[in-house]
Amino acid sequence: MAKQYETVIGLEVHVELATKTKIFCSCSTEFGSAPNTHTCPVCTGMPGSLPVLNKQVVEYAAAIGLATNCQITQVCKFDRKNYFYPDNPQNYQISQLYLPIARNGYVEIEVGDMKKNVRIHEMHMEEDAGKLVHDEWDDTSLIDYNRSGVPLVEIVSEPDMRSADEVIAYLEKLRTIIQYLGASDCKLQEGSMRVDVNLSVREAGTEKFGTRTETKNLNSFKAITRAIEHERERQIELLEEGKTVTQDTRRWDDNKETSYAMRSKEDAQDYRYFPEPDLVPIVISDEWIAEIKARQPEFRSGKIERYKKEFDIPQYDAEIITNSRHMADIFEKASSICGKPKKVSNWLMVETMRLLKEHGMEPEEITFSPENLAKLVMLSESGTINSSVAKEVFEKIFENNVDPDKYVEENGLKTVNDEGELQKVLEKVIAENPQAVVDYKGGKEKALGALVGQTMKAMKGKANPGMVNQKLREMLK
Amino acid sequence: MANKISDETIEYVGILAKLELSGQEKEDAKADMEKMLDYIDTLNELDTDGIEPMSHVFPVQNVFREDIVRNGDGREDTLANAPLTKDHCLKVPRTIG
Amino acid sequence: MEIKSMTAVELGKKIQAKEISAVEAVRASLAQIDKVEEQVHSFVTIDRAGTLQRAEEVQRQISDGTLTGPLAGVPVAVKDNMCTKGMLTTCSSKILGNFKPVFTAEAVRNLEKAGAVIIGKTNMDEFAMGSTTETSYFGVTRNPWNLEHVPGGSSGGSCAAVAAEECPYALGSDTGGSIRQPSSFCGVVGIKPTYGTVSRYGLIAYGSSLDQIGPVAKDVTDCAAILEAIASHDPKDSTSIARESYDFTGALRDDVKGMKIGIPQDYFIDGLDKEVKEHILRAAKVLEEKGAVVEEFDLSLVQYAIPAYYVIASAEASSNLARFDGVKYGYRTEEYEDLHNMYKKSRSEGFGAEVKRRIMLGSFVLSSGYYDAYYLKALRTKALIKQAFDRAFEKYDAILAPAAPTTAPRLGASLNDPLKMYLGDIYTISVNLAGLPGISIPVGTDSKGLPVGMQVIGSCFDEKKIFNIAYAYEQTGEYKRPALVQEGGRE
Repeated sequence: MAKQYETVIGLEVHVELATKTKIFCSCSTEFGSAPNTHTCPVCTGMPGSLPVLNKQVVEYAAAIGLATNCQITQVCKFDRKNYFYPDNPQNYQISQLYLPIARNGYVEIEVGDMKKNVRIHEMHMEEDAGKLVHDEWDDTSLIDYNRSGVPLVEIVSEPDMRSADEVIAYLEKLRTIIQYLGASDCKLQEGSMRVDVNLSVREAGTEKFGTRTETKNLNSFKAITRAIEHERERQIELLEEGKTVTQDTRRWDDNKETSYAMRSKEDAQDYRYFPEPDLVPIVISDEWIAEIKARQPEFRSGKIERYKKEFDIPQYDAEIITNSRHMADIFEKASSICGKPKKVSNWLMVETMRLLKEHGMEPEEITFSPENLAKLVMLSESGTINSSVAKEVFEKIFENNVDPDKYVEENGLKTVNDEGELQKVLEKVIAENPQAVVDYKGGKEKALGALVGQTMKAMKGKANPGMVNQKLREMLK
Repeated sequence: MANKISDETIEYVGILAKLELSGQEKEDAKADMEKMLDYIDTLNELDTDGIEPMSHVFPVQNVFREDIVRNGDGREDTLANAPLTKDHCLKVPRTIG
Repeated sequence: MEIKSMTAVELGKKIQAKEISAVEAVRASLAQIDKVEEQVHSFVTIDRAGTLQRAEEVQRQISDGTLTGPLAGVPVAVKDNMCTKGMLTTCSSKILGNFKPVFTAEAVRNLEKAGAVIIGKTNMDEFAMGSTTETSYFGVTRNPWNLEHVPGGSSGGSCAAVAAEECPYALGSDTGGSIRQPSSFCGVVGIKPTYGTVSRYGLIAYGSSLDQIGPVAKDVTDCAAILEAIASHDPKDSTSIARESYDFTGALRDDVKGMKIGIPQDYFIDGLDKEVKEHILRAAKVLEEKGAVVEEFDLSLVQYAIPAYYVIASAEASSNLARFDGVKYGYRTEEYEDLHNMYKKSRSEGFGAEVKRRIMLGSFVLSSGYYDAYYLKALRTKALIKQAFDRAFEKYDAILAPAAPTTAPRLGASLNDPLKMYLGDIYTISVNLAGLPGISIPVGTDSKGLPVGMQVIGSCFDEKKIFNIAYAYEQTGEYKRPALVQEGGRE
């Protein structure tokens, strides 16, 4: 019988913090600007320049540490990690090794019916590197230092995950927490969240860990899942052939769906860490920790419980809405304006989710305001517009955040409640559709639907369908 | 105790430091380093048990910057001294990957 | 008195009094440079045109009353490891041979605000690594007292320029004695302030935890006035300290009555030149006669400062100098196969032997498996040395010591035995490890006619006490000038 293998996975997750400026200088962190425009002597490693720490980085890092049940290192320091690479202008990265800001935490994940804790070994602050673009034309690399010095936290988990599903659950959980804190937008595609997978396999039932590899360059959950499957199979294959796994760093190629070792004689992997002499220790007092805690938002699990209790929203709906802090914020704000949480929830659950899917967007990317959604709910509830008009207006809100009051007014979409006008139209419809009238009177209930349709069409959808239905029945009695 | 620096060690340190030493330079470097390390080893005469390593002489702490953008477009300065540039970027021999 | 022989403060006063213009002051410096620079070679860069233009500007501001400080209009030379915007800043290295910084060091900016006129950049040991100014890529600087001798280092260019009267004062930097030792060799006054007093922003780092910028001048008064101008709390340097007071000239009193001065007897050991020893003890006697209480004491740990220093400074240097790689600025080798080959060739061709030696040592002591044994051990030793000084300063207001065990050695005598050269820093290095202020003042010349310097070391932030003692001593003698500047220059 073939051997059974267990996969053992630990993650190193880099998250770019949502500060306005870089970690050690006052350059903007804005994404997507022209090359090297957001640079200064500090983030380009000019001789004589010195780093000064951005306080907000400590605040965000400590907040993430607290939200993931870590112990905060109340006297923490920066160290230099020394290695030569052109995206790293000083040829050392200012990071934390000996006294990282947070340690010994965990997050709870849920896969299927199973709940478990994934432990966090440590979390540290560091600076991001610049971006290298390969110039195929003359076979060189071009350096853009705009990203150099953007603040990162690296969150290092214990090897507590056993499958790709657990990895994704852990990452989603981490992402939600960090997004709730407003500490990062955590976009894998844009690289504001980056995941390195440490993976080893061992025979099921054994205690000892196998030799692990580290896989980098994973830009989506899909890539992470595939890379895990691929690496698991690769390692099992090696072991089955009686070979050994070498501890190397591998780069995932998403197009070829394979990975290759990034080995070089020049990569000694000996980083010669030592305390950064240009920065002084950070002392995080009990009071400071209390302040950061006091500022923490209500997290997802708290919101789910509250929505169920306060608004009578089903568990499933509450989970969907709170999956994104942005959507939860819209929900709460719109509900408080219009006082109809269930209606707001419906708009988010059905139409919003449908349009997000259609546009290939994430909930974080929703641009409409809760005020406009609330207005729409009120227009619809008061019968000012009917449900099909409401859907049409919602699409406009979703796309351009239009003010529904104005939009309905300007486009004359109000439901016509004027019985006199409706009476005239109905008489005309009855006169023009004698066959349908005969059918209905002959007992064909369907024929009424046709007449309602004709009426709605004649009134450009603005009629109140209930009223049309009732009136027709009366007139054809 | 006399320190002995092997060829491999000098080679390895050269990789770390990105220095390429010629044959004679290597021999000199080995001799220099052995001599310096022997000298540095005199520190072992000192009992430093229980002494906290001191990286900063003064107990200065919590020196921060506020998170306010103050720097404008620094491209011209960044590229002013560069040996080679292209498309407003610094240009280097192709890196791996 | 000739302009070139005046102290900075004397010259500044005459400029304020409109007796001398800033332009005349610069012309006097340039004239002296024309006369002696070929022999002494204090400078890497002399900015003749820029200097004159700047002097005219400054003079306008003096005339209209905008600039009223003691240094306004006075020329200054700056060690070539401090960034000066648009002006070559080489660290006396091939690797920065073409480097023009895009910003100016904070200390230099402070001087500019005070109306200083920068005349040029002075020669130094490459990246401040050396004690003789012989490791410069741009050639050696010679001692104005005897051209066959070294000026000391690494701020040899700054000290030689002041001694040779090429400029009234200069800025140097001191990581292990690099201001005090060459000041001693050149017969001038130089102070390394308490760590954190002068901003390091714009100082090209050697050993970041040890580096401090300080003045080099003809007398103690100048040093105090210059330090007042350059010291500041700089938010761009996280290790810069907001001091309670930046008044140093207030300490210039000829009164040491009751001050307690300690002389570490463990400094007066083998290797200390007999004549140097006699001069220091004689100077101590002078202070005693003026009412100070001088006694010998045991400082301890003296022999451990140098090994600890070389571990810490080399480790930091190996990291600080990693940025010189031919990518962003400075020298890039002509031909290379790939990225790592480019790094290696650029650095191997761009750095001199002493710099490479220290980068190798620093990389080694930080490498996997050695960090605890070397680096942490050195940091623990540093803590013990600091404690030893703290204990001493519980008893004494200041410590007297030689600045160097000998007077200036002959050119070429030091380089072939690095370890021997390192031992020359025995009296200065522990001061950097403990972050303390130390001033070197001339106390005479030896039988070869070379100056002897005495060091006065203070507790941290106690610059005023050492200025006080140095000033009081200085009142007992005349400033001595090397023969080189006297020839035909006598009034």
